[in-house]
Amino acid sequence: MFRFHDYKEGMRIALNAIGANKLRSVLTTLGIVIGIVVVTLMATVIEGLGTALDKSISSLGTDVYYLSKWDWFGGEWWKARNRKDITVRQAEQLRDRLKLAEAVVPVTNTWQRTMKYRNRSVKGNVNGTVPEYEITSGVVPGIGRFFNEYEANAGRPVCVIGFDVAKNLFEREDPIGKSIKIGSYNYRVIGVFEKEGDFLGTTMFSTDTQAFIPLENFLKVFGSNRSIDIHVKMHEGVDKEEAKEEMIGIFRSIRAVPPGEEHDFGVNTQDFLKEVFEGVVGTIGVVGFLITSLSLLVGGVGIMNIMFVSVKERTKEIGTRKALGAKSRTILLQFLIEAATICVIGGIIGLAVSFPLSLIINEVLPSSMPLWVVVLSLSISIAVGLISGIVPAYTAARMNPVDALRYE
Amino acid sequence: MPLIHIKDVVKTYDMGAELVHALAGVSLDIEANEYVAIMGPSGSGKSTLMNVIGCLDTPTSGLYDFEGENVGELDDNQLAEIRNKKIGFVFQTFNLLPRSTALHNVELPLIYAGFGTQQRKERAENVLSDVGLGDRMTHKPNELSGGQRQRVAIARALVNDPSIILADEPTGNLDSKTGIEIMQLFVELHRKGNTIILVTHEEEIAAHAHRVIRLFDGKIASDETVENPLVYEDR
Repeated sequence: MFRFHDYKEGMRIALNAIGANKLRSVLTTLGIVIGIVVVTLMATVIEGLGTALDKSISSLGTDVYYLSKWDWFGGEWWKARNRKDITVRQAEQLRDRLKLAEAVVPVTNTWQRTMKYRNRSVKGNVNGTVPEYEITSGVVPGIGRFFNEYEANAGRPVCVIGFDVAKNLFEREDPIGKSIKIGSYNYRVIGVFEKEGDFLGTTMFSTDTQAFIPLENFLKVFGSNRSIDIHVKMHEGVDKEEAKEEMIGIFRSIRAVPPGEEHDFGVNTQDFLKEVFEGVVGTIGVVGFLITSLSLLVGGVGIMNIMFVSVKERTKEIGTRKALGAKSRTILLQFLIEAATICVIGGIIGLAVSFPLSLIINEVLPSSMPLWVVVLSLSISIAVGLISGIVPAYTAARMNPVDALRYE
Repeated sequence: MPLIHIKDVVKTYDMGAELVHALAGVSLDIEANEYVAIMGPSGSGKSTLMNVIGCLDTPTSGLYDFEGENVGELDDNQLAEIRNKKIGFVFQTFNLLPRSTALHNVELPLIYAGFGTQQRKERAENVLSDVGLGDRMTHKPNELSGGQRQRVAIARALVNDPSIILADEPTGNLDSKTGIEIMQLFVELHRKGNTIILVTHEEEIAAHAHRVIRLFDGKIASDETVENPLVYEDR
C-alpha cells in the first residue's frame, strides 16, 4: 500500500518539522524521555532483583530442607512460639534414622555479635554448627579450612570467618592462625570463606559477615537453652518428594507428634523462599509497570497535543500536498512518522540518560541494562508515537483539500 | 470529445441556517490547448468552479467529465490521482514548502506519483531550467523573489506533464512587472501546447487568454472569445 518514497518523504518532513520547532520538540520529547528513563530503570531494577534473587537463592545451597521451630513464611508465629525447641539430640536422632540424607546438620546462631582483632572490630552473626555444614551450605573456605570432626566434638575454640569479616579485621594481614575475640572469648581463625556476595542487596544473610564456630563450643559460650535449626541435604538422585515425606515422618516421630495433628516444626525450603521473593519481585514489577505506564501516558498526551498543533498550523501545507496528489493515507503516514520520530528520538535520549543511571544502580544492586530493555523501550517509543499520533494524523488525512487550502 | 465537459453543475454549501448555491447550473466545454480565463467578482462562484475543475471538490449535482471520465463517481484516492497526474495547480500564494529547496518542491508531485529518485531529479531539473531557474534549484523559497517563487510553483505544476494547468490569481501577490513576466511564461506554455485555465478578477490579466468566461451569482454571464489576446512580443 505504501511505497518506499512515502516513508522517505515522511521521514524528511518529520525531521524538517522537528528542526523547525526545536524548543517545542525538545519540550515535547521531554515527556517521552522521562517515560523511557522510568521504563528502563524500572526494568533494570527488576532485572537486577531477579538476578540477585537467583544468585542469593542458589547461595543457600540446593535441595536443602531447613527444619526449624519457625515457618519462614506464612504459618502462625504465635503457634510456633509455643512449640517445643528443637534440640541437638533430635538432630542427631534424625541424622541416624534418615538414610536418604547425605547430611543432617544442626545449626544455631546468635545475631550481631562483636568480633575483635586488636583495635578493629565488626559485628556479625555467629553460628554454631558441625563440619558437615560445608555440604549443606555449598560454601567452602577460600583459604584455610572448615573445622573438622575432632575440633567439633571437642568444642575447640576455632572459627571460620566470612570474607568481609576477614577483610575488615585483618585488612592485608593473613588471618589464618590469628586469634580473634568473639564476645569475650578467644577463637583461632582456621579458615576464611570465599566471597559470597550479598543477598537481595544486604550482606546480613550472607556468610560474608558471619563467623562459624563448633556447635559444642557455641552452646557452652552462648547458652544451650535455644532452639536449633536442622539443615538436611538429601543424596543425589533420590526422589525429592519421597525423601521429604520420610524426613517429616521420622522427625514427627522423634518429636512425638500424635498422628493427625499438624507438625510442630517448620519445613522450609529455598523453593518456597524463592516463590515468596519472586512474588515480591513480581509485585514490584506490576507496580513499576503501572507507574511507568502512567509516565508514558503523560508523555503520549504531550505528543498528541503537539501533533494536533502541528496538524493545525500546517493545514495549508496539507491542502497543498493534497492538491498535488497526496492521498489521505500518505498524509496519515506523514504525521504518524512525525509522531513516531519524535518519540524515537525521545527514546534514544531516554536511553542515553538512563544508561549512566543504571550504572549507579549497579553500585547498589548488581544489574546491567539488558538488551531487551533497549529494544523494548524503543518499541514502546514507536508504539506511543503511533498511538498518540493516530488521531491527529487521521484529522489531517481527512481534511477537505478545498478548506485546507483556504485556511490562513 | 472536449477535455472538460461540464453540464448543469450545481454546487451547494450547507451553511447551517441556509443553503448557499455557489454554482447554480453551469455548463461549459473546454478543449485541449485552450487558454481560458474565468472571471467574476468575489462570491460569483469562480473559485468553486475552479475547485470543481481541479477535482478538489465534486459537484452536488450535474455532470463533470474530465477526459471522458465522470469525476462525480470517483473516490478520494482516484481524485488525488487525477490531481497528481492530470492537473497542475498554480496558487496565488505560491504554496511552496518553506523548508524545502526549489528542486524538492518541484519533485513533490513526482514523489506522490511514485517516481524513483533519479527520474525525479532529472525531470524536476529540466522543468526548473525551462522556467528559467536552472541556477536556483537548491535555493529555499525564502531565498527567492516572488516571481521566482511563482516560477517554482509553475515548474511544480508542469512537472507531471498535466492535461491542464489551473492558475488561481497567479499574479495576485506579485508586482506588475513580475506579473507580466509570469503572464508571458503562461503565453509561452500555451504556445507549447498546454491547456491553461486562469482564474482572475483583473481584466488586464484575463486579456492574455483566448477565451474569457464571466461568472455572476453562480451562473455563466458571458463566454467570449478574445479577438486579440495580449502578448508582449517585443520584450
